[in-house]
Amino acid sequence: MLTIIKNRMEQGCRTSRYPKTPITLNNRYRGMPKIHKNCPAALMKKCADLCPQEAIDAENALLDLGRCVFCGQCETLSKGDCIQFTQNFELGVARKEHLLTNGNLPRLADNAKKHFKKLFGRSLQLRQVSAAGCNACEADTNVLNTPFFDLARFGIQFVASPRHADGIHVTGPISKNMHAALMATYEAVPAPKVVIASGSCAISGGPFRGSPEVVGDLNSLIPVDLYIPGCPPHPLTTLHALLNYFK
Amino acid sequence: MDNLLKIANGERIKRSDIPSLPFHVFRQELLQFAVNGGQIVHYFAYEDAGVLMVLAIVRSDAALYAAAAEAPEAYHALTADCEKFHMFEREIAEQYGVRPYEHPWLKHVRYHANYRQREDVFGNDYRQDIPGNYDYFPVEGEAIHEVAVGPVHAGIIEPGHFRFQCIGEEVLHLEIQLGYQHRGVEKMLTAVPRKRLPVIVEGIAGDTAIGHSLCYAQAIESLGSLPVDEGASIVRAIALELERIANHIGDLGALSGDVAFNPPAAYFGRLRGEFLNLLLVLSGNRFGKGLVRPGGVAYTMGQEQRRILIDKIKETKLEIAHVCDLLFTAHTVQARFDHTGTVDRETAEKLGLVGYAGRASGIAYDARVSFPTECYAGLPASINNKTDGDVASRAAVRREEVEHSFLLIETLLAREVATESVLAGDCKLAPSSLVVTINEGWRGEVSHCLLTDAQGEILRYKIKDPSFHNWTGLAMALRHQGISDFPLCNKSFNLSYCGFDL
Repeated sequence: MLTIIKNRMEQGCRTSRYPKTPITLNNRYRGMPKIHKNCPAALMKKCADLCPQEAIDAENALLDLGRCVFCGQCETLSKGDCIQFTQNFELGVARKEHLLTNGNLPRLADNAKKHFKKLFGRSLQLRQVSAAGCNACEADTNVLNTPFFDLARFGIQFVASPRHADGIHVTGPISKNMHAALMATYEAVPAPKVVIASGSCAISGGPFRGSPEVVGDLNSLIPVDLYIPGCPPHPLTTLHALLNYFK
Repeated sequence: MDNLLKIANGERIKRSDIPSLPFHVFRQELLQFAVNGGQIVHYFAYEDAGVLMVLAIVRSDAALYAAAAEAPEAYHALTADCEKFHMFEREIAEQYGVRPYEHPWLKHVRYHANYRQREDVFGNDYRQDIPGNYDYFPVEGEAIHEVAVGPVHAGIIEPGHFRFQCIGEEVLHLEIQLGYQHRGVEKMLTAVPRKRLPVIVEGIAGDTAIGHSLCYAQAIESLGSLPVDEGASIVRAIALELERIANHIGDLGALSGDVAFNPPAAYFGRLRGEFLNLLLVLSGNRFGKGLVRPGGVAYTMGQEQRRILIDKIKETKLEIAHVCDLLFTAHTVQARFDHTGTVDRETAEKLGLVGYAGRASGIAYDARVSFPTECYAGLPASINNKTDGDVASRAAVRREEVEHSFLLIETLLAREVATESVLAGDCKLAPSSLVVTINEGWRGEVSHCLLTDAQGEILRYKIKDPSFHNWTGLAMALRHQGISDFPLCNKSFNLSYCGFDL
């Protein structure tokens, strides 16, 4: 008992005050890209050629947040002259077309479905489905339950049964072998229901796009309400997206 | 042994130097090697100019050997004589349609059509959903009941199916059916432009992004004659150890949660995040994605990063020691950990268990010692004191490894060697070559094996995650256990679904 109390005192209270108090991430974190439209076209083209995800539209100076894995190679190559990653982790979008960005995303809250706010604003229960996710997205979603993030204080919980859920949170490029289980889980959630695509894989297939063994795009199976980009999304990206879309 | 070619970890070998044996000699050599204590690193098939070959990479205590043979369409299973081959032979049957007859339990591994459009060995029609034409292993009797769990589990974890055959509360047999995560990784790696490879490799198992990307980068460096300087090696080794610490303490917390002792679960849950954040300080990503690239590292360690690492490790080391004391001295925890989910040494050796699962059963093998890469050659080894093969041992080994990783990181941080960041460029690979790379990822032996064709293109990319060996260990750990101990046993192994399913 004494050891428990000693540890409790040493640990203290670690829960973040976000969103009341802003959090600044380490300067190496790669979040919202800034795309310099006026950079030399040849250099932008070089960045696009180097990009392993083919996420850069050099001609229109746009970046596809749904494809990007934020590896930062374009930033290194162009020394930040074409593309620069900022520490802004607020990357969630409500419409697929918003994923293709020049670095200025529309406010997520403005694009949220209003009836979702009314229905789920005070209590949101989600069923997580990993459909061939690599366990990075899964692990960094799970982290929201640790004391630092403490997701439950916002009335948001991940539940065991789809029957108890208001929606599904999907990670992974959706392998053929998970297709049936994913659809069965979706069907089991009572309507009206929310669909969240989390991570580059669930949005676009991510690194696995094009493989004949994966579906590669959740939106091609069921209509997605909320997209959370990243590889994996930072837990704060997920938290920001959930709070702004539903609260 | 005369028919096997001795090779080194990461060494580029001309494919023509690999002994190509008549299949019956190949079979005999491998069996003899495995029965006398040798272990299998790889055993897989590949097609070369229309000829199907099988290649084996095996290891003794500190040496690797290679041998090949032309593959017959059907052959007498090696598994019939030695268990160590069981999963490898099932994989070959699934990938290339080669039938190993007298295999004691020939079933699919990941559930996909074979690469050669041959008749399916398992009689599956892949338009049907997994598990297709397969009835799970039945146990019959009046008091027997069956429990089916998954693929979608109760928590936020990857999918897989578990089928328990029980008598009352006691598990007689656990069958683990994976494959739900199959993304066709090995085939993709030979089909897509080379610039996509680093990010695919980092997604083989996201929790082992450093382990797998090291194997990939070292293989490309060997085939492409790319030098890596000491500064980059130091960053890589530090990242590998941070990955190990993050996962081990996360699992210790989860083990604590599974026996309903909540304080360490909460503390370790938060502390794990500190180490993911340190990976972010190094690489910009909490899983170290984007860090390791052929030729070095994409992000270097400057004074700022070094300072943050030193300070954070100093701060958390003591906290972790205290929470470990809390966990390991609690009687309620000991009562649940001790003698639960035991895999004895003999079984562990027969199955070729690796990593902490093997070490907890008394198999000392650590690739950092036997086949050191990067800067591991001059560093001290981790020593394990509790090796009874139960949950308590697997937990104790994790604790010892966390302490050891701290020592390694502190040693490496003291070496201030600068390096330049590299871009993932294209380089020419040596034609008609073979390379095997092995690293001790946090779960154990991670290995990649690459073969190039006459033009220097990658002909075959074989991946092995340690989970490929260890899932069977979990199934064995559940024999005669209460079914309620499954979560605890499962977490003590914490194996990768996607690393296995590829």
